[in-house]
Amino acid sequence: MKRHASAIFFFVTPFGVLFALFYLIPIFYAVWQSLYTVKRTGTFGPATDVFGGFVQYREVFTNGPFWESIERVFLFGIVQVPVMLGLALFLALLLDSGLVKGKGFFRLAFFLPYAVPGVVAAIMWGYLYSPNLSPFTAVTASADLLSPSFVLWAMANVVTWVYIGYNMLIIYSALLAVPTEIYEAAKIDGAGVFRTAWSIKIPMVLPAIVLTTVFSIIGTLQLLAEPQVFRSFSSAVSSTYTPNLTVLSTSAVPNFHLAAAFSVVLALATFILSFAFLKFTQRKGVQ
Amino acid sequence: MAAFKLPKYGAMLVMAVFTLYFLTPLWWLFVASGKKDGQVTEGSPLLPDHFSLGENLSQLFRYNDGIFLRWMANSIAYTVGAALLGTLLAGMCGYALAKYVFRGRELIFNIVLGGVLVPATALALPLFLMFSKVELANTFWAVFLPSLVNPFGVYLGRIYAAASVPDELLEAARIDGSGEVRTFFTLSTRLMAPAFVTIFLFHFVAVWNNFMLPLIMLGNERLFPVTLGLYSWNTQVNQHPELRALVLVGAFVSIVPMVIAFLSLQRFWRSGLGAGSIK
Repeated sequence: MKRHASAIFFFVTPFGVLFALFYLIPIFYAVWQSLYTVKRTGTFGPATDVFGGFVQYREVFTNGPFWESIERVFLFGIVQVPVMLGLALFLALLLDSGLVKGKGFFRLAFFLPYAVPGVVAAIMWGYLYSPNLSPFTAVTASADLLSPSFVLWAMANVVTWVYIGYNMLIIYSALLAVPTEIYEAAKIDGAGVFRTAWSIKIPMVLPAIVLTTVFSIIGTLQLLAEPQVFRSFSSAVSSTYTPNLTVLSTSAVPNFHLAAAFSVVLALATFILSFAFLKFTQRKGVQ
Repeated sequence: MAAFKLPKYGAMLVMAVFTLYFLTPLWWLFVASGKKDGQVTEGSPLLPDHFSLGENLSQLFRYNDGIFLRWMANSIAYTVGAALLGTLLAGMCGYALAKYVFRGRELIFNIVLGGVLVPATALALPLFLMFSKVELANTFWAVFLPSLVNPFGVYLGRIYAAASVPDELLEAARIDGSGEVRTFFTLSTRLMAPAFVTIFLFHFVAVWNNFMLPLIMLGNERLFPVTLGLYSWNTQVNQHPELRALVLVGAFVSIVPMVIAFLSLQRFWRSGLGAGSIK
């Protein structure tokens, strides 16, 4: 066991040090910061940081706009994630069904939007949506895609456009790894294309679907680039539109202690949701 | 026979519709980038006329002392540098976790795996405060150093190393008198090459797309990556209408390197992407 201690040290240490510096310490630092508060002596006196315990967290839990933003990304996630992953799964199954010619082309064409950074995708779609900028006036004249009631779904379309192909590829690669003997057995049993997809393929790629779901949940809670860019296109997107925008605008005040508390709550929510989903699917898998 | 072909036609039709959905916006961006005198909304949205991409490009590259090219160079420096070095470090760590049995191995792996779930944006603010303390906020390093860390790369590295580097081979190398580190660099890295490309690609995309970290860290325009630069232009179009066309041309140029990388590394990501999901 001790035989290769120096080699192990050599392999693990560089990553380990950076991980500690730029992942672990910032997390503890954020928790630490969130427990402090600014005290002033008099109205214009010097500000000093004093330990405040859970003062910031009381503020977090009574902060209306923050919880509205949480509600908003929940609504977004409940609709957008199933639509995106459903389409990704559907397209992966089609690619794998043997019905499609030119698979290489479609795989590339669908994956290409993933090469577009979120900021750039949001700028591009923002132009396409804007009534006075869009070339597609027939669409933008009949519905204001940037109005308060629409803009969340306009953003959902941007995210969906970028990530369908990426998720499709992950699921498709998992489909390719399924041993073909299983399909032959199903064929002999008289299972058609749909039956094979439903009863064999989807259960076989469930781990891939779980993985993409967890990544999508994390991504949804972290929504930032799209709403931040859309603030230039639509007045309906406020500075507290998503939880991350709230963190950003709070730290710009600057109120770092409250912003840190927001970050901590957000990170915890992400952890709890991802783990809950993983546990839930694992339990289902056992049955 | 005709009824037999129906599913095939249906499937191809679905594929065609989605191809339009995915590619039309990109095609529009290309056409709009070539509109004469930046009249992005003039003429047909999907047919190039008076195509003058060259003129628009030279305008883009000259604007504000060539700040756009500077942003592109910054993005490449942040991204290529961080992804190359980060992939090596993550690969080494994942390799050690796969190929050696030592105390604390599973603990390290679980902590790193937990790191995958940490929202990167929850790190940006404390990182800014830390870098400010050592007076490194608003420098190249403030974006570069945190970008080196890729916990998902360690996870993939471990899976790939376990699958592609046989223990017997390492044992044989030991008998031949090769040291562990030398074996890794001469033998294991070759076996893990497709894995390294996949980790590199994921890392490259993540850093290239990163927005919150540079947004929080950087105040100096000359240090911006191209995403942040385009964002800042886009927020100024009301005061500077000439930026409207430049934003679109710039957006088009900014995705070209990524598209080239995707096309040239195709055979790697096509086979490698799914490995993370295989248990």
